[in-house]
Amino acid sequence: MEAERLKRLEAAARQVRYDIVEAIGNIGIGHFGGALSIVEVLTVLYFSQMNASPANAKDPGRDKLVLSKGHAGPALYAVLAQKGYFPRETLFTLNQGGTSLPSHCDRNLTPGIDMTTGSLGQGLSVAIGMALADRMDGRKNRIFAIIGDGESDEGQVWEAAMAASQYGLSNLIAFTDYNKMNIDGLTSEIMNLDDLGAKWRAFNWNVLRTDGHDLEAIDRAIDAARLESDRPTMIILDTIKGKGCSIAEGKLSSHNMAISKEQKEKALGELSAAMGELS
Amino acid sequence: MAEITGTTWTCYDSNTMTQAEIYGRVLTELGEKDPRVVGVTADLANSTKIGVFGKAFPDRLFNVGIAEQNLFGVAAGLAKSGLIPFASTFAAFASMRAAEQVRTDICYQNLPVKIIATHAGVAFGQAGTTHHCLEDIAIMRAFPNMTVIVPADGIETANAVRASMDIPGPVYIRVGRGFEPKFHASEDYGFRVGKAQRFREGTDLTIIACGIAVLQAAEAAKLLAASDGLSIRVVNMHTIKPIDREEVLAAIRETRRILTVEEHSVIGGLGGAVADVIAESGKGCAFSKLGFNDEFSVVGYPEDLYSHYRLDANGIADAVRAIMGRDFEEDESWEDEV
Repeated sequence: MEAERLKRLEAAARQVRYDIVEAIGNIGIGHFGGALSIVEVLTVLYFSQMNASPANAKDPGRDKLVLSKGHAGPALYAVLAQKGYFPRETLFTLNQGGTSLPSHCDRNLTPGIDMTTGSLGQGLSVAIGMALADRMDGRKNRIFAIIGDGESDEGQVWEAAMAASQYGLSNLIAFTDYNKMNIDGLTSEIMNLDDLGAKWRAFNWNVLRTDGHDLEAIDRAIDAARLESDRPTMIILDTIKGKGCSIAEGKLSSHNMAISKEQKEKALGELSAAMGELS
Repeated sequence: MAEITGTTWTCYDSNTMTQAEIYGRVLTELGEKDPRVVGVTADLANSTKIGVFGKAFPDRLFNVGIAEQNLFGVAAGLAKSGLIPFASTFAAFASMRAAEQVRTDICYQNLPVKIIATHAGVAFGQAGTTHHCLEDIAIMRAFPNMTVIVPADGIETANAVRASMDIPGPVYIRVGRGFEPKFHASEDYGFRVGKAQRFREGTDLTIIACGIAVLQAAEAAKLLAASDGLSIRVVNMHTIKPIDREEVLAAIRETRRILTVEEHSVIGGLGGAVADVIAESGKGCAFSKLGFNDEFSVVGYPEDLYSHYRLDANGIADAVRAIMGRDFEEDESWEDEV
């Protein structure tokens, strides 16, 4: 990736992270950890890979994303605001009465959201239906889906895994946000996913694995997934829950965490400093 | 010589086709007219007869295997991307195994997924209580945006399936298993979603029925006229949601006695929907619900079960007689009726 493009992506990701911390920090509680762990993949998708913008929001041929781990909504909202789907100020209505930005993604309320999600395990199935429809109608776009590692405990995920490979949906590219943490403890202790790549390979998916915080690596992985012609692709992203925010990073408590005014200011200060270094 | 059809042994094809078979044919007909029509099933293409559509359009039927949660999620995705999916499985699985997918992925999104749920009620009698479904009307009625239709026979199933294409949101059509006798003589009786069919006029009591109970109600009315000299109105309430409120109010006003009959729990189904209208009207009306009385059904052949649970003509006639002797307070003023 040329340096200029990488620099733009880095700046976009930092802004997304800053906006998540500010939006959740303003209300004092939210799904911090799981939102911060997918900042890089969302940035690469919307600022490098996906043909999706407010201008083509109604075009059936656009690329679409199902964020199946719907509790990470605040991360996607920050990206959509930066893309111009709605004003940045809207981010600060997060979770409040009458908002268009609820804690979990809602297609009925938020411009740019392609599917309502929140009850874990349901998103990949819907993504399959969308991919089947696009293929049937001869559209060349891609359907992207992001599931969580804890979400992978849900049986429906594996129903969907079988169906996507049965139908050879090469137009479906999915990601697992493998941040190794559930709500109640480490994923390895709650319900061990063991060799996650081997599981998806056994379901006959094309499986790639990469550092989920490396923008270039994610971009390359998606480029590689686009070359697959017979099977769906699962890109396992090794991530850190709460990434980039010292009060949350790598902490089990970060799933739905309370954050004080002081903590918010400290976190925003760190992120501003990092943004300064970048420019 | 009777020919065995499908995978289940009491399902014989005589001169009439089963509800599900008719559904398969009508869906094929719709598929010819509209390329947006697709089918989805969970390893029950033969049993639900959506396989008839699949034979005509192999590229437009998706069988997701025995995975009902995925089935309705996939249907939602197809609908979201502009297609009109007909999703078929047994009623027990559509309404209970996949209730959340139907609610959130389909109803909350108001997507045009048409659910054709077969083997409802005790139609799968000998398969056992796991395969009976006496709760689905109550569950589906509770989901906003959902239209709920319980056709009286195969001909009405054909009308309902066709009519579902004109409804922009989700539709639940509840059918039996196959050997339900024919109620309608032809398709031309003015079927309209949300508009009940007044099949027989009467002044002493109104039986409001749906599904297989409609034919039995009509038989009961004949029997009661001959043996008890009663004038019984029979209403085929094929659409449970939206309920035909006007027809229920007319029954209160004109007959003062109502009996509902359904192959479903007495909690939350047709009887519940009619009770809501009666209670809200504020009018006196003798009322009783005939159905499954907050109990799990026993195992047996469907015909035997219908008799056992008093859903046959004799059982319905007895339920009518029980109401006829009941007192209630009449209120002749209808000015305050809401």
